[in-house]
Amino acid sequence: MNAPPIPPEKLPEIRSEIDRSCSMPCLAWFASSMFWLIVGTIFAIIASIKMHNPEFLGDTAWLTFGRVRPAHLNVVAFGWGVPVAFGVLLWLQCRLCRVKMVWPGVILAAVVIWNIGITVGTIAILAGKSLGIEWLEFPTYAAFLLFLSFALVAVWSMMTFAQRRQDHVYVSQWYIFAGLFWFPWLYVTVQVLLILLPVKGVTQAAITWWFGHNALGLWFTPCALAAGYYFIPKVIGRPIYSYYLSLLGFWTLAIFYNWAGIHHLIAGPMPAWLVTTSIVGSMMMIIPVAAVAINHHMTMRGNFKLLKYSPTLRFVVFGAMAYTLTSLQGSLMSLRAYNEPTHFTHHTIGHAHLGLYAFFTMTMFGAMYYIVPRLTGREWASSRLIRIHWWGSAGGIIFMFLVLTIGGFIQGFEMNQASESFESAIDKHGFFGGLKQWFAGFQDRNGAVPFMEIVKGTIPYLIARSVSGVMILVGHLAFLALMVMNIHAWGRKRFGPTLFQRGDKTYTRLMTDELEEAKEA
Amino acid sequence: MNTAIRIFIGVFLTFATAWIGLVLVPHWQLKDLQSQKDEALGTLNPAPYTGLEADGRRVYIDLGCTYCHTQQVRGGFYNADLERGWGSRRSHPLDYIYDEPQLLGTMRTGPDLANIGVRQPSEEWHHLHFYDPQITSPGSIMPPHRFLYEKRRIQGQPSADALPLTGEFAPEEGYEVVPTYRAKALVAYMKRLDQSYDIVEEGDQ
Repeated sequence: MNAPPIPPEKLPEIRSEIDRSCSMPCLAWFASSMFWLIVGTIFAIIASIKMHNPEFLGDTAWLTFGRVRPAHLNVVAFGWGVPVAFGVLLWLQCRLCRVKMVWPGVILAAVVIWNIGITVGTIAILAGKSLGIEWLEFPTYAAFLLFLSFALVAVWSMMTFAQRRQDHVYVSQWYIFAGLFWFPWLYVTVQVLLILLPVKGVTQAAITWWFGHNALGLWFTPCALAAGYYFIPKVIGRPIYSYYLSLLGFWTLAIFYNWAGIHHLIAGPMPAWLVTTSIVGSMMMIIPVAAVAINHHMTMRGNFKLLKYSPTLRFVVFGAMAYTLTSLQGSLMSLRAYNEPTHFTHHTIGHAHLGLYAFFTMTMFGAMYYIVPRLTGREWASSRLIRIHWWGSAGGIIFMFLVLTIGGFIQGFEMNQASESFESAIDKHGFFGGLKQWFAGFQDRNGAVPFMEIVKGTIPYLIARSVSGVMILVGHLAFLALMVMNIHAWGRKRFGPTLFQRGDKTYTRLMTDELEEAKEA
Repeated sequence: MNTAIRIFIGVFLTFATAWIGLVLVPHWQLKDLQSQKDEALGTLNPAPYTGLEADGRRVYIDLGCTYCHTQQVRGGFYNADLERGWGSRRSHPLDYIYDEPQLLGTMRTGPDLANIGVRQPSEEWHHLHFYDPQITSPGSIMPPHRFLYEKRRIQGQPSADALPLTGEFAPEEGYEVVPTYRAKALVAYMKRLDQSYDIVEEGDQ
């Protein structure tokens, strides 16, 4: 903005300069987030196995379920999720502002501070020093380090924005701007009101869920949407369908998402008006979600064939579709009638993974497939490994979502509505007859199914969930191998993007388009 | 700079309104709740935690019990909680005024514990259950918490607080299993989880 705009013929050269300047800081974020992704996935599998096999590692206090589970959440959310988004949005910010990365040293310092915070925080949880507030288990000293690092990144991003050499502010930048502003405010507010000067009793619960929900809505969602809005048009080589739809999507998200969160406490010891307010906020989220979904779909229209070839596009589009699905499911789950059987069950866990994994994480994978080769100047070494990553991650998360959703429904109906267990209904009347009989008992709400029977009924689903976790781990290890090979320049050197497969004309077009870009890099 | 300022004002205002609505207003509404005195029994409802109970609560947090157990009896048309005998009434904000942090919970892999002190008043039951849930609740998927107990050689007379373990759960001949301080504190906390008192709402008189 302050500097004169760049003439178009100089753009390729500027772009490659920008990519070079981003190389170290962004790769540092990516490398550390990959490390925590693997650690977090292993915690997940340990926790998952413990749920159907409680004796597994049962004599170690450090690895008891109640510690491994929060360790998993914090490591994947704050060790993987936040840093990988930092890497993506720093690069996006530089590219979209058309300025080189300023003070890479500041960002590297932020990487170091952040990772110290995650390390001490995770050890504290495993040692039993958790604060016991979901999503905020890290002790204050670790939280302070995270905040410091976040503040460095946010200020750095604003400085870059102020130096921009491009008049137009792209929709991705709105989301980056908003996310970097909202999250620190949210984090400080909850740290003060829950930990430093705690408010009384159930008000804490309201604030906890306001945070838990908004960490997703005001940080992870904006980051992944910023990436989606950038990479879908970029890879298929045509502009976003409607500027006005993106405006609508952004501002309705800003207005409504903030108000959600307290619907996590439906029918609990909360003032009813508070819960109802959040239900309204949650339902209104249908507007921004529909706006984004229509916009992405219309942009993609006629280009779905490219999904066969481009890893970036396939991962990002998978993420965008999961966003629509998880958001609509989330709005439904806030309704009292749908909430009754699903609250407090594995159904909710399935929903959480659909949001944070199928939407956020898959989008970030897609972004990394595009960004990393431009940072290192080297293409991905193996399209087979990319395929393993895709099938492990996408297959694993779809499988996990299905088993948790179905298992959670059965668990919830047995807990709240049914008067006999699903299994015994099926045993007595056969599958369809049993199903009918079982549904017919839903008006009773008499809590007649013994609790232990409900627990036993969930075990097959929990075992299936462990299998899905292993599938996802395989995917992650394939991606880790790709990252290591890329950074160390191992494997055959390739020209142009590494695609899923070779093919027809579409493939050739994608190759040439991306080749143009690659040459510039 | 127009665009940036417009976005800034917008995201500031949207967030600030929700912050006032969902954080400040409930705080104002609920901050003055106080224990109620039961004139007949002379007790406070709810009572502040004793030192041992507070330590037990700390153990409950550190072992992450809250990830599988809620502490809230739901009401409204969510009738099953009451039918299951998880409480005699719906939980009320007043029940939680001494809780820091709150442990309402989000998951019922295990049953609700808001009134576990009423349902299971036996200390022995709790100790056996923590030592190995299979003793009291065969088929449970709760992890064992043997690390809260100490196995030691019997010196002279067996200890009074040794667990009455039998069969496959019993230690070798000449040994006994006794609870550590953490186990005792946790059991004291369990026994205190009790929302069976009546709450007098304003306007009820």
